[in-house]
Amino acid sequence: MNKPAVKIAVRGLSFYYGDHRALEDNTLDILAGQVTAFIGPSGCGKSTHLRCYNRMFDLYPGHRAEGEVLMDGVNLLDPAVPALTLRQRVGMIFQKPTPFPMSIADNVAYGLRLQGRISRTELADRIEAALRAAALWDEVADKLTEPGTALSGGQQQRLCIARAIAVEPEVLLMDEPCSALDPIATAKIEELIDQLRGRYTVVIVTHNMQQASRVSDQTAFMYLGRLIEVGPTDQLFQNPRRKETDEYITRPVRLAGNAGHRGGAHPPLPHSPPARSPSAQPLRPWDSAAAPTPPPGGPPSAQAAAACPRRRLPA
Amino acid sequence: MIDPLTRRRLTNRAVMVLASGAAALGLTMLLWILTDVARQGAMALNWDFFTKLPPPPGMAGGGLANALVGTLAMTLLAAAIAIPMGLACGTYLAEVGRGRLAGAVRLVNNCLVSAPSIVVGVFVYLLLVKPFGHFSGYAGAVSLAILMVPVITRTTEEMLGLVPTALREAALAIGSPQWRLTVEILFRAARSGLITGILLATARVAGETAPLLFTALNSPYWTRSLAKPTANLTVTLFNYAMSPYDDWRSLAWGAALLITGAVLAASITARLLLRDGRG
Repeated sequence: MNKPAVKIAVRGLSFYYGDHRALEDNTLDILAGQVTAFIGPSGCGKSTHLRCYNRMFDLYPGHRAEGEVLMDGVNLLDPAVPALTLRQRVGMIFQKPTPFPMSIADNVAYGLRLQGRISRTELADRIEAALRAAALWDEVADKLTEPGTALSGGQQQRLCIARAIAVEPEVLLMDEPCSALDPIATAKIEELIDQLRGRYTVVIVTHNMQQASRVSDQTAFMYLGRLIEVGPTDQLFQNPRRKETDEYITRPVRLAGNAGHRGGAHPPLPHSPPARSPSAQPLRPWDSAAAPTPPPGGPPSAQAAAACPRRRLPA
Repeated sequence: MIDPLTRRRLTNRAVMVLASGAAALGLTMLLWILTDVARQGAMALNWDFFTKLPPPPGMAGGGLANALVGTLAMTLLAAAIAIPMGLACGTYLAEVGRGRLAGAVRLVNNCLVSAPSIVVGVFVYLLLVKPFGHFSGYAGAVSLAILMVPVITRTTEEMLGLVPTALREAALAIGSPQWRLTVEILFRAARSGLITGILLATARVAGETAPLLFTALNSPYWTRSLAKPTANLTVTLFNYAMSPYDDWRSLAWGAALLITGAVLAASITARLLLRDGRG
C-alpha cells in the first residue's frame, strides 16, 4: 500500500500564552484521510496544539504561535491566510456539544449559508446528506424544525459533527469530543469517526487512551508541551520507543499534571476539586463557561484521570 | 455564659426576625400603595378617561386621552432611539471592546445608570429646548432615551456575558464572521434576557416625570406634532394631583393607576420571559 499523502505538515511549532510557552518545537505530519490522535496528561498542550490548525488562538490577545503549520504546502499561521476561509476548510468539534440556538436544520445549514446563496432544494439535500453522514438522520428526520438544544447530549454532538461536515471541510479537528458523553453516545461517535476516515482527515485529542487506540491510525504522545513520540497507533501502544510514552500508557497518573503552569505537579484525584491557580486563568479561556470575565475553569482532568486506564492496553 | 450553640440559635432567631420584619414592612408599603392607587384610580377609569380631553377646571367628566397618546408616542420614540444604541453599546462591551476604551465606556455607562433623571432633563433642556425656543415632544423622547440607553447597555452586556464561550468558538470555528455570530447566534441565545432588559428600561422611563418637565412639558390639547409641547401622563399627574379640583385629582388617580399597572405588567412579563428563557 502506498504511504498516504501528508495533509498537514507541522514544523517547529511553538505556542505562547503571553510569556508562558505552552508548546515547544512540535514537528509531525498529519496524514491525509487518516485519524490522528493526540494523547497526554492534562495541560500537556494537546488542545493548544490542535487549536493552531484553525487559528482559534486568534481570538485571544497575547496568544501567539511560531513555526509552521503547512496544509497542502500553505502556512496556516501566516496572517495573510484569512481565518474565516481557513475555518471552512478545517472544521472543529468541541468537548461540550455546542448546538446553536436554532432548529436542527438551521444548525446544519449554518455553515452552508455562510458560503453564500444556496437554493432551497440544494440546501435540503445537503442538510440530509450531512445528517446521514453524521449518523443522525434517522433520529431527527421528522423533527428538523425543532430546536437543536432539545436533543440529547450525544445527538447534539453528532449534530455538531453534521454541521461541521456539511461545509465539506478537508480536515476535522475534535477536541475531546466524547468527554461529556455517556459510554453509548461515545461508542456512536467512535463508530462515526471510523466512517469519516478516508473522506476527511481527522485529528482528535483525547484523554482516553483506549479511545485513541480504538479510533486512530496514528498517535502522538505529548508531554509538557513537547511531542515525545509519534507513530502508528498499534506500534505506539504495543511497542513504544520512548520511555516516557511507555510510562504514560502503563501508569498515566504518575506522569500526569503539568507542573509548569498548572500550579501543581500532581493530577487531581477523582474526588478532589480540580487544581486551580490564578496564573492558569487566562491560559485556557475556552474552558470557562462564560465571557467576558470568566471564572477560572478547572481543567477537565479529574474526570479524565478517572477514565484513564491504569494497565497496559490489550493488544 | 451561654453555651455557643444556644447563642448561635439565638442570633439566628434574632436575625431571622429582623429580616422577616424588613421584608414584611417593604411588602406592606407596596401593597398599601397598590391597593390605594387601585381603589382610587379604578373610580376614575372609564371610557371617557381614554377618549376625551381634560375638562376645564371645575367641570366634571373628561379624560386624559391626549396625555395617554403623548406618553405612548414619546416612549416609543425613546425606545426606537435607545434600543439600537443600547444593544450596540452592550455588544461592544461584551464582545469587541477591550482595554482602556471599553473600561472608560463601562465606567461612564455605570455613572449614567444612576444619573438623576432631573439632571438629564435639564441637560436636554439646554440641548434641545432652549435653542429652539419651545418645549417639544422630541426633546422629551430624547431625554427618555438618554435614561434608557445605559440600562439596556448594562443588561445587554450582562446577558451576552452569560452565553458560553464555547458557543462563540463553535460559530467562529465554522467560519462565521463576528457580526453574524453576534446577530444570528449570540442575540438569539440571549434573546429572553435582552428583551427583559429592554422591557425594564422602557417601564422605567414610562413612569419618569422629571425629565419631561423640562422637555416635553405638557399640554391640555391633542398633540398634532412632537415638535410642540406634548401632553403626557406623568406631568399631568403631577399637575392634577396638586390641583384644588376634585375632578382633576380623580383623573390624576386614574393616571397613577394606569402608569403603575403598565410598569407592573412590564416587570412581570420580563420576569416570566427570563424564567422561560432559562428553562
